[in-house]
Formats: sequence, C-alpha cells, structure tokens
Amino acid sequence: MKSLFFKELTSFFGSLIGYLVLSLFLLALGLIVWVFPESSVFEYGFADLESLFVYTPYVFTFLIPAVAMRSLAEEKRSGTWELLMTSPLSVTQIILAKYLAILVVVFLALLPTLGYAFTLSVLGDPPGNLDLAGFFGSWLGLLMIGATFASVGLFSSALTSQQVVAFVLGVFLCFALYFGFSALADLVPWDWSRGVEDWSRGVEELSLSYHYTSLGRGVIDSRDVFFLLGMVWVFLGSAVLVLKKK
Amino acid sequence: MSLQVVSLSKQYGTQQVLDEVSFSASPGRILGFLGPNGAGKSTTLKIITGYLSADSGAVTLLGEDALSHPKKLAARIGYLPENNPLYLDTYVREFLAFSGGIYGMKSTDIRRRTEELIRKTGLQAEQHKKIGQLSKGYRQRVGIARALLHDPDLVILDEPTTGLDPNQLVEIRSLIQEVAENKTLIFSTHIMQEVEAICQDVVIINKGKIVSSGDLAELRAGAAEASLVLETEEELALEWFADLGKVRYGSKGSREIVLTPKNSSEARKAILQLVAHHQLTLIRLNQEEKKMESLFREITQSP
Repeated sequence: MKSLFFKELTSFFGSLIGYLVLSLFLLALGLIVWVFPESSVFEYGFADLESLFVYTPYVFTFLIPAVAMRSLAEEKRSGTWELLMTSPLSVTQIILAKYLAILVVVFLALLPTLGYAFTLSVLGDPPGNLDLAGFFGSWLGLLMIGATFASVGLFSSALTSQQVVAFVLGVFLCFALYFGFSALADLVPWDWSRGVEDWSRGVEELSLSYHYTSLGRGVIDSRDVFFLLGMVWVFLGSAVLVLKKK
Repeated sequence: MSLQVVSLSKQYGTQQVLDEVSFSASPGRILGFLGPNGAGKSTTLKIITGYLSADSGAVTLLGEDALSHPKKLAARIGYLPENNPLYLDTYVREFLAFSGGIYGMKSTDIRRRTEELIRKTGLQAEQHKKIGQLSKGYRQRVGIARALLHDPDLVILDEPTTGLDPNQLVEIRSLIQEVAENKTLIFSTHIMQEVEAICQDVVIINKGKIVSSGDLAELRAGAAEASLVLETEEELALEWFADLGKVRYGSKGSREIVLTPKNSSEARKAILQLVAHHQLTLIRLNQEEKKMESLFREITQSP
C-alpha cells in the first residue's frame, strides 16, 4: 500500500500535474484575496480573511475533481487496473492509498495559505489584531471540505474509465453537495404553513456549506467534523463497492 | 498438480463464454492454452487470477481454493494480462520497484531481483528509459519481468508474443522456456506453432469448451495420420474413392480430392488404377502429414 501511495504522489509531482494544480490554486486565491477589488482584503478594510474562506470552496469544486479524475479512470482505461486487482492489494487498500495521495496534494495546496494569517496579522491595526480561532477553525474546515471533495472525486473516477466524465461528474457532485442542499432549503413552497422551518433546516444541514460555515465560527463542533468524515467514509465506501463488482 | 480447474462456467448475458472448462497444470511443464480469438482463453485466465468471478466451478491453486480467497494466493501468481498494460510514464526500474512493493517484497530483494530480471530479459540497454519510450518487444519484456519479479510459483502469460517480430518471438520464447523450470507456466496463444515449439502440455479451447487436452507428444502422435491429395484436370466424383476411406473435395473444388485412407499404400495403388480407368489427366498425387496446425484448424472450425 505504501508503494502505491508513493507511486501516486510521484505521478503528481513527477509530471506537471501537481505543480500546475498547486500554482493555479495559489494564483487564483492570491488574486482573489489580495488583488481583485471586489474581494480584496485591502479594499474591505478589515483584518479578516473571509474572502479566502468564501471563495476557496468554489476553486476546490473544480480543482479537486481535476486532481482526482485520473486516479482510477486512467487505470481502468489503460488496463493497469488489472495489475492492481491481481496483486495482493485489496480494493480498500488501493482506494485508501490513492485517496491519501490526493489528500496530500490538497494539503500542500492549502499549506501556503497559513502564511496569509501571518501577513494579515502584521498588517492589522494594531498589529496582531486577528481572530486566530476563527481563522484556524475555517482553515480546518477548508481542509475537511477538501478531504470530502477528494473522496467525491475519487468516487466519480471509480464510476467510469474516462477522465472527462469523471471530472464533470465530480464537479457536479461537489457542487450539488456544497451548494445544492442550501439552495434546496431556500426553495420552500410558499403555501406550506407548518413544518417549513424544520424542513428547510433539515435540508440545510445536509449541505457541506452549512457545516463548513459552522466550523468557520472558530468552534470545532464534533457534529460538523463527524458529518464531514462520514461523507468521506460514504464516498470511499461506495467507490470500493463499485470497484469490487466484477 | 499445482493448478486444477474443474468445470468452470461463465455467462455474459445470454452468451456462454465458458462451458464446463476443466484442465490441470503441473510444475516444471509449460502448458499451452490454445484457441482461436474469442474462445474464452483470457476469461479463463482472468478467473484463475481472481480478476473475474465464475458462475460455477472450482479452481484449486497450490492446494487452496482460488475462487474464494484470491488475495491469499495473489502473491504466488505472476500474471501478464492480455495487451500487457503498463504505466507508460514510469521508468523501467521505478516500475519494477513499485511492483515489488505492492507484492510486499523487501527492498533488498527487489533490488536483487530487478538486476537479475533486467539481465535475463535483456533490458540492460533500455533500463533507464521510460516505459512509454520502449518498443513493443521491450515493453513485453518489462511486462514479463514484472510478472516474474516476486518469484511466483504459477506464471500465467496471456498472449505474451502477439505483435512481436520474428527475432523477438524467438527470444521471448526462449525466455519463457528458461523461467519455466520448476514453475508451473501457462501461456495462451492462438498460434499453433508456438505451442509446438515450447510446450509439453496443451489445452485447446473453442467457443468456451475444451475440445482437446493432454500431453503434446501424445496428441501429435494421434494427429499424425497421412492423407492423400489427388488433383486432376478432369472433374472427380467422390463415390469412386468411397471404398478407400474418408474422402472430401479439396480447396480446388471437384478437381481435387483429399482422402484419408484406411490403408495408405493400397489406396495409392487403387487411385492410380482409377486414374487409368477413367482416363484422367493427373496433375499431382501426394501424401500429406497431418500437422498439429491442421488438427487445430479441424477441431476449432465449426462444420
């Protein structure tokens, strides 16, 4: 399993894919947070990184399926899947190794944004005036959103042998999970007089953005953590089930 | 007996891909798994390696049930799938090291075996290239090296020689012969000469059914019956020859007959008399040894 994990990592960083993904991610976020007037911290005027945490999930929606689309679809297309399946590795081990490799890429992409907190804390007036708890809560939230998207991306890659299909499916699923349920919660039929609030709250709680926002308040609630970890478990488990069918 | 396949059946939709396939292979011998394209060779091999499941039947591998615990046996099988899938963007050595890793080998063993196999498969000149840069013959060697790296007891090669040029063919064949010592080796092919060249045992499969299996020498002895071919300028009638043995028209229509005689020398005498009697103009009369090739064609062609 270890060697598969390292092989996956080498295939990211031995080729352009890994560097391309990391640099595009950082470029996009850097522009959003520091340059674009609509969202830039300087225009906003408060020592607060909200724009980072609001926009990153959008970037992740495209970026992570792009990282994950290859991992299973390409194996199946080229036939190397047969090599893995006839090796002593179990499907679960294969999925875990590949998942961890994607997770490392996501983590490496997020790592430099920790520096943003330092920059902002220096820029604050007075310096050091930054809601660190909120920042780290949000940052952890981002990492977990990334982890969830990674499992979704891997699952879509398990469904098909074509990378493009895996990508489109991954983007759609990430989008639906993150924004879809919130949007659905707002779509309450107006003639419902009772139970409307329960319904919309219940639906809202299914969305990833709800739990992400909740983590962003700086309180790490185990309910949010378990919800997100549960999502990861469901998608990885489904990927294993899909692949075990012969 | 290190591999025993007992009445294996598999269906895809309404198509019966395998129908009660049974055979066995023993160590130190090369088993040629022969059949035309689409006969079910690869499916059978995929079931043995645990990649596909069977509808019914049993596979016993090295004394254990291979169908229920394929992972337990995976490390003892070396498998080269059809079309030889490889990671084209990895280097030869990197790929072999990776492969050894997923088979749970120690890194010192991986290094030792990699050196050994690169030498044996003649990859020295190409060992620092990416697999994608190699020609087909060299890729095939990488695939074979991978299959042998973890020193498996059972080696399964699915069409290892397709697409190779004649020189490479000879080299790969001798490599197969070399590694087969004290291992059980199965390789599939649709080329009869290949089996005749290196196998001791042969299993012939057609449309999912085993049509012939056993020791190649015995099979060859059984197949070695002579047939007589008579070609004339005039049309021939089959009933003239009916008393002499089994007779049919040859490839040139009614001007040529192929006779499987009960007694060869008497038949030849009789044919010459017939030629004289019917005043035929003889083009040729010759005796043909039936080879494995024609045996194969005979049993795998539908009537």
